[in-house]
Amino acid sequence: MCEIKENMAKTYAAGDYKNSQNARWCPGCGDHAILNVLHKAMAELGVAPHDTAVISGIGCSSRLPYYMNTYGMHTIHGRAAAIATGVKTANPALTVWQISGDGDGLAIGGNHFIHAVRRNVNINMLILNNKIYGLTKGQYSPTSDRGTVSKSSPYGTVEDPFIPAELCFGARGNFFARSFDMALDTTKEVMVAAARHEGASVVEILQNCVIFNDGIHKYFADKENRDDHTIHLRHGEKMLFGKDNTKGLVQEGFGLKAVTIGEDGYTMDDVLVHDAHSRENFLQQQLAMMDGHELPLALGVIRDYAAPVYDQEVARQTEEVKASKGYSGLRDMIMRTHETWEI
Amino acid sequence: MLQETNVRTIDKVVVRFAGDSGDGMQLAGNIFSNISAEIGDEISTFPDYPAEIRAPQGSLSGVSGYQVSVGKGVHTPGDEADVLVAMNPAALKTNLRYLKRDGVVVCDVDSFTPANLKKAEYQTQDPITELGIDPRRILLVPMTTLLKETLADSGLDQKAMMKSKNMLALGVICWLFDRPVESVLKKLKNKFAKKPAVYEANAKVLQAGWDYGHNTHSSLPVYRIDTAASRPGTYTDVTGNTATAWGLILASEKSGRPLFLGSYPITPATDILHELAKRKDLGVKAVQMEDEIAGICSAIGASYAGHLAVTSTSGPGLALKSEGLGLAVMAELPLVVIDVQRGGPSTGFPTKTEQTDLMQALYGRNGESPLCVLSAVSPTDCFHMAFEAARIAMEHMTPVILLTDAYIANGSSAWRIPEAGDYPEIHPHVLPGNVLEGGWKPYDRDEATMARYWAIPGTEGAAHRVGGLEKDYKTSVISTDGANHERMVATRREKIARIADYIPDMEPMCAADADTILIGWGGTYGHLLTAATELNANGHEVAFYQFRYINPLPKNAIETLKRYKRIIVAELNTGMFADYLQMHLPGKEILRINKVEGQPFLVREIVEGVTKFMEE
Repeated sequence: MCEIKENMAKTYAAGDYKNSQNARWCPGCGDHAILNVLHKAMAELGVAPHDTAVISGIGCSSRLPYYMNTYGMHTIHGRAAAIATGVKTANPALTVWQISGDGDGLAIGGNHFIHAVRRNVNINMLILNNKIYGLTKGQYSPTSDRGTVSKSSPYGTVEDPFIPAELCFGARGNFFARSFDMALDTTKEVMVAAARHEGASVVEILQNCVIFNDGIHKYFADKENRDDHTIHLRHGEKMLFGKDNTKGLVQEGFGLKAVTIGEDGYTMDDVLVHDAHSRENFLQQQLAMMDGHELPLALGVIRDYAAPVYDQEVARQTEEVKASKGYSGLRDMIMRTHETWEI
Repeated sequence: MLQETNVRTIDKVVVRFAGDSGDGMQLAGNIFSNISAEIGDEISTFPDYPAEIRAPQGSLSGVSGYQVSVGKGVHTPGDEADVLVAMNPAALKTNLRYLKRDGVVVCDVDSFTPANLKKAEYQTQDPITELGIDPRRILLVPMTTLLKETLADSGLDQKAMMKSKNMLALGVICWLFDRPVESVLKKLKNKFAKKPAVYEANAKVLQAGWDYGHNTHSSLPVYRIDTAASRPGTYTDVTGNTATAWGLILASEKSGRPLFLGSYPITPATDILHELAKRKDLGVKAVQMEDEIAGICSAIGASYAGHLAVTSTSGPGLALKSEGLGLAVMAELPLVVIDVQRGGPSTGFPTKTEQTDLMQALYGRNGESPLCVLSAVSPTDCFHMAFEAARIAMEHMTPVILLTDAYIANGSSAWRIPEAGDYPEIHPHVLPGNVLEGGWKPYDRDEATMARYWAIPGTEGAAHRVGGLEKDYKTSVISTDGANHERMVATRREKIARIADYIPDMEPMCAADADTILIGWGGTYGHLLTAATELNANGHEVAFYQFRYINPLPKNAIETLKRYKRIIVAELNTGMFADYLQMHLPGKEILRINKVEGQPFLVREIVEGVTKFMEE
């Protein structure tokens, strides 16, 4: 049932997924980089543009389908996950991507987000998180930190944000990965992994809004901070980070601790190995919740667990029931299952 | 045996079964209508049930009713019942008002216990006198006693015995209407095929009921009902909701597009979801989504992916779907929305019927957002109009709202199962290869219908983007040009208007050349037709027409209506369709008969209303 038609005779280049429209995001917007990486990730996956559908909601990032040479729909605010569910359930042979911002995906579309994740529909959900509403010119979003000052919170917000990963785990998600706009290779890596994962894949891409929230991700995204404040997780590999990988994550009690190898008696043997594929998600959740301060922000594929896939199950059940009954059509079904009489 | 009793021959008869929700009244009524339909009667049924799933037993609020009309010229379940079957004092009290003045009551005298009388708020211990019922017109059957006697050797406990009480009542009714017990037994045998003991008990009880009626030598008349001459064919009985689901399935078969339903449970539309979920056996993909919005949005996604896509709902759900409908209008995707109307506003009158969503269907969206609005006129017509909704959606690339209502959705009629060739092929406006090669753009249009092409994902070379933003008329890319927007608004409007070229003309019925025309739309058809027939029989010449196509109206509708001196619109709202017609008929007086009680019209109300206008 694997949807990804790799090793097919025809190969595609990034340019095959790009159309002639000029992207109209602000100069310096993180969305430009994400769009370019998506073209490259699609080329690497090799699914034909005409077998690919990109569905978005409303917001700056949701303009993305207009810059693709695939099938695409720019829909209504918050509903991309529900519409993508319909596309994929109707035709599981298509590779379906959903593009939403933090407002589109987690505020107005929060209900559809958790249910698409819970159902495990085989769609690749890219949540472009800039912690602000850009298209409406600068209001706080459901991922804005407590105290955020914005046009709609001039005295600072008095509410806590969602952490997309936590919401994904809460909805029993089976795939979660994270990257940020500047980390081009990591972004491509997680996009490709998301597409190869069968089921709902949530990819949070932390993205900079140069106009209304410039530098919001600076703490870990800046080159000088990146090594110490982020960790790139890879399945089966030691959880190492820092310049020259001198630091690692170890277990302490029920929690995690960042240590320097060779200090305080910690050796390489103490450093944990990442298991993205385990069914139990306790450790994965802890990793996903690290915020870059005491513990480094986790990038890469944090959870990637194979579970029954909704659209495939709908198709399977429909085919099985249909085959077991063997009706030739509506009239045959009625004649064989309902009380009828002749006049 | 019939010679011994007082036999009366009549055209049609109305029986109302009333009892607690758990008394099995619907099953008794349903079997009675089906055995009648099998011998050629026309049938019409109407359940009248409380919103609560299980209200307290014996209470006034817990009574549910099931009204059945069988015979010749049956278009409604009847204004009033010839016979009322009341299973307890509460049912008797709440349903007596539906009985004709000379009607007959059949009730369980064993249920007249002090406790039940108290629950039903009687002042005395004699409900018959208290309600003023003529003792000659009531058959007091000791149902519980008879049950116990009949099933004494069955080994069943009292609770299990009581489950057959509805069959005892049905036995009495079969005697009263000269219906053979054997045809009921056949139904019961099917129903309880896997439970022979239950079948045996029910069969004994049924016979006991028939024998009781026969042996009491009561002075009540026995009726013999004339049968109608129906069109030859194979029949079954359907509710409006089942017929709606089946009409969509046939449209899928006739168009070659697979059927997708995205829905969310809501009274009284949920049975459409139930039926289509069962019809996975015909390849239908029916999915229950997380809310009404996801229902329509998943359908829009499925439509984009090339399916005949449907969402089913009722008024409050349609309100939630408004923005999705706007997207389907803008993206010009085929979509069928079924709105089974119920009493509103807000949660309103959820199990009762109304025609109050008309304006919401026509105008309940932001912007200039025209779409096609249809209505079904009877339970069986739901099949036809669901097919039509799907045909128009796919051939004209537009969302279509089909308005049914609680009355026709839950009511049932005998329905002739269509045969091969009864329905035409549907030709979805799918992008053909030669158009694609000729430099196709997503909003290129068919010259005659103005429909854009349906380019289905997976088609090589046709990858394209659609969405809610305005597009350029020529290039199909996003446009912010005002003049272009105005052109697109006019184009979308014209596309809907042109559907009028592909639907039947208006042809008034009854006295088509009269000065007065009675107009209705949707589920009031049966009552209005019966009223118009009565009016003409009584010397009041009246034409009659029931609209099914509302936007656009039939091409000749306005010219046809202008011919009449007096136009009377009867509808279950405060005048929505009358207002709509008034827009098209400025200066012409439109008379109105309205009712918003959550119940269908009574034929009498229409006859009186029209007569009053004609005598003014």
